[in-house]
Amino acid sequence: MIGLFNLLIRGMKAIDWPLFLIAALLSGVGLLVMQSAVGGTDWRYAVQSQYLVIAFFIMWGVAIVPPHWLAKMAPLFYGVSLVLLVGVVFFGETSKGATRWLDLGFVRIQPSEIMKIALPLLLAWYFQRREQRLMGLDFVVAFVLVVIPFLLIVRQPDLGTALLVGTAGLCAIYFAGLSFKLLVPLAVIAVVGIGSVLLFEETLCLPNTDWVLLHEYQKGRVCTLLDPTQDPLGRGFHTIQSTIAVGSGGLYGRGFMAGTQGQLDFIPERTTDFIFAVFAEEFGLYGALTLLFLFALLIIRGFVIAIRATDTFGRVLASSLSMVFFIYVFVNIGMVIGILPVVGVPLPFFSYGGTALVTLAVAVGLLMGISRHSVRIAANQ
Amino acid sequence: MFDFKSATQRQRSLFGLRVWIAALVVLLAFGLLGARLWVLQVQKHEGLLKRADSNRTAVLPLPPRRGDILDRNGVVLARNYLSYTLDVVPAEAGKIDPLLKNLNQVVPLSEYQVKRFKRRLADAGRFSLVPLRRDLSDTEAAFFAAQAFRFPGVQLKARWVRQYPQGLSAAHVVGYVGRISEADVQALDANHELGNYRGTDIIGKKGVEKSWEQVLHGVTGIESVEVTARGKPMRTLHRIDPAPGEDLVLSIDMRLQRIAEQAFKGQRGALVALDPQTGEVLAFVSAPSFDPNLFVDGIDHDSWRELNESENFPLINRPVYGTYPIGSTFKPFIALAAMTMGKRDAKTRIYDPGYFEMGKTRFRNAGSVPYGNVDMHKSLVVSSDTYYYSLATDITIDALHDFMKPFGFGQKTGIDLDTERTGVLPSTDWKKKAFKERVQQRWFPGETVSVLIGQGYSAFTIMQLAQATAVLANGGDYHTPHLVKAIQNTALKTQRPTRQEPSHRIALKREHVREVTEALEQVTLTGTARRAFSGVQYPVAGKTGTAQLFNLKGSKYKKEDVDERLRDHSLFMGFAPSRAPTIALAILVENAGWGSEVAAPIAREVFDAWILRDDGALAQSRTP
Repeated sequence: MIGLFNLLIRGMKAIDWPLFLIAALLSGVGLLVMQSAVGGTDWRYAVQSQYLVIAFFIMWGVAIVPPHWLAKMAPLFYGVSLVLLVGVVFFGETSKGATRWLDLGFVRIQPSEIMKIALPLLLAWYFQRREQRLMGLDFVVAFVLVVIPFLLIVRQPDLGTALLVGTAGLCAIYFAGLSFKLLVPLAVIAVVGIGSVLLFEETLCLPNTDWVLLHEYQKGRVCTLLDPTQDPLGRGFHTIQSTIAVGSGGLYGRGFMAGTQGQLDFIPERTTDFIFAVFAEEFGLYGALTLLFLFALLIIRGFVIAIRATDTFGRVLASSLSMVFFIYVFVNIGMVIGILPVVGVPLPFFSYGGTALVTLAVAVGLLMGISRHSVRIAANQ
Repeated sequence: MFDFKSATQRQRSLFGLRVWIAALVVLLAFGLLGARLWVLQVQKHEGLLKRADSNRTAVLPLPPRRGDILDRNGVVLARNYLSYTLDVVPAEAGKIDPLLKNLNQVVPLSEYQVKRFKRRLADAGRFSLVPLRRDLSDTEAAFFAAQAFRFPGVQLKARWVRQYPQGLSAAHVVGYVGRISEADVQALDANHELGNYRGTDIIGKKGVEKSWEQVLHGVTGIESVEVTARGKPMRTLHRIDPAPGEDLVLSIDMRLQRIAEQAFKGQRGALVALDPQTGEVLAFVSAPSFDPNLFVDGIDHDSWRELNESENFPLINRPVYGTYPIGSTFKPFIALAAMTMGKRDAKTRIYDPGYFEMGKTRFRNAGSVPYGNVDMHKSLVVSSDTYYYSLATDITIDALHDFMKPFGFGQKTGIDLDTERTGVLPSTDWKKKAFKERVQQRWFPGETVSVLIGQGYSAFTIMQLAQATAVLANGGDYHTPHLVKAIQNTALKTQRPTRQEPSHRIALKREHVREVTEALEQVTLTGTARRAFSGVQYPVAGKTGTAQLFNLKGSKYKKEDVDERLRDHSLFMGFAPSRAPTIALAILVENAGWGSEVAAPIAREVFDAWILRDDGALAQSRTP
């Protein structure tokens, strides 16, 4: 009896309460919006609440595992994910023109989703090992480790996830200490790239312009972003309807379950990628800013954990996972309000779907594990 | 030590700087989002709100009309009728309780209807239509129409509702539709058919309504309309008409079906009658029956309990779901097996003292009657058990299994209905799989003895017995049994037959089939079924059966002493006219006693109805 009680106390201690409170608050609001998005309590609403319960236990389970165990497992984890990604190329299931799923017989998985965690984990482990003898070559190796899964995911094709995985990897390299001398040119390339897209808008989207790296539909998404009215019933439809939804919300919103855009079926994908439109329509600018504030708190808490971490592994992992949250939120909301192209990135804690929630839960659990570990070491010193 | 610490601290502060930069990027990015939100929700708010409130196109589904179900002569078994319904849009209706109270003065609402409406309301979207009442009379509809302005958000509509005019008759064949459930939605989603069900709220749940759902449902059309802020359609922009579901023409003959149902006189049981030349199902009885109309709009609690908790299990589809020992009706097939395998000649005689001994066990004839010298012919006519017991030394259970399998025993017959069960055709393999303990997995020769008279481990559906009878009647062709004879285009009334070639043929010697048929003819002339078939105008081949449920261990079976539910099942299998059969059937009446007393007279009525004209004279030919 006492043993059980102690176990419970230890289990409770594994939880980082500020992080948990923020995540719980976000999930609660997410469930509320889901109820509105499905127009009542249909089955997806019930299923999503079950997913949340499962996700909570996964988070807890991951939080309990000591980080250095995870560090040891990192190469294996990454290797398996890579094998699965290659498996998708040969044995993947195709739906809606993309091959993303792998049927392992007992379960259907999306290996690109696992990579979101596996890649930062591997890089954190790698930089921890090379801590004392870090050289320029290490960054080249790290870069290759990022590019391989990135390319595999791009050709599925799944630009949204590839972008997330790639950026997560680059963030890890940045936090591990890539020289600022190299960073500045990278930043310049990014600025020039985006600038030239805006500059050559006119010619870029002409039908005979061939985009070397990207698929036709990906070109379409970028072009639609530049001018959504070009294709109002096709590709532009998503963006037009979601901006109308967000804009019609005004300062205070149209009220819970009272947004016409969402309730009358005008917002496409309103339970998944475009759920923020439903939220902003019904809860207005105040609601949307509050939500942004909550997400900011989540990311900042992640950064605090990173700074307090006692080793390179913890620092790199915690900081890059926090950046993964940031990219999720920024890309998703940016796409809903029409400043980023429509790529399939869900809004954390809000969008319907079990796989994304599990990934989130693992990420939050990892952050908690790092946090608890550094607290314990601080207490020992 | 000191150096190390300072190095770590330097590293930390460098890392800290990098995090601060990242935080700055996050802040800037969120600032950008915030700014854009401000532009949309404050600056452009008015314009976007106007756009949201006006001039929008909505894509509305146009659900197809469900196909009708007809019998082979065009009698309607399932159709749609136009019904006035009241639906409520919650967003426009305001407070529900006063609304319902006022509405009740114009159109009466029952307590159950109100309760059901509130349950649906809780699950529905604010702008969706929630059904409140259907089947308003013309007067009620007119009353409401005159006062409709008092009830904003309540809509009077004319809508197609499914109806089963035959009620209890053939209910297990037709099945029923019901409201689409969560499980249905997930199944449709998995088959990528959910889109085709937008705007449809019913789906086939049982019977042909379920197994032929895809043909009956049709293809949903699309209408793009301009809608107002409240979602009211203003004008049509673009329209793709729905393709209505096709009608199904069943092979069932409703006249025959009714006669067969009435012949059961309220007893529990199953009957399947087939056309042995095509595999068409002519009659299919599961008694007792239920009224499928109860399910269309969601069954009420009391009716559901009454059906579900009845000890007569009216909802069970007995012919395909009930598995039974089939007793002596198995013997014609055993006789055929013995001859085909060369273990018995038609003329081989066995001495029957009233029992058969194997080791120390004595297996008795029913009633322990001794029949003396018995050949194959006599064994079927008097139904000697001992003749068949004695085969246990010649035929192994596995050889028997392999012979019976192609007839359909212990297999799904392939009829176009859901919930068909396989039953058990025993073999040594089957026993190994069915039992966990080693001791029980072994097959004992004594167990073959009971299987040879249709008892023991064997358990078949009446569908299987009817099918095997049809195969015997036509000399070995296995036509997959089917209920749907043709698919009919709703508009043009043109029909496409569903008939297929026989799926396989069993190699049987013609003279063996003739020997068995002749013996079965004798059964109806002088044998166990002679009373039921006295004065019959056409030759009938048949076999009665009495299947034991309760082993009295040698003491005499007296019907009155045994609990009703443990009494013997009464069975009959047969076909007619025996030399050119147009009908083959199998009948089981649960716990009714002797096959000759209960099941055989039902068969007589059904045969007469199919083969004789209405005035009782022999028809020249009857192949409608």
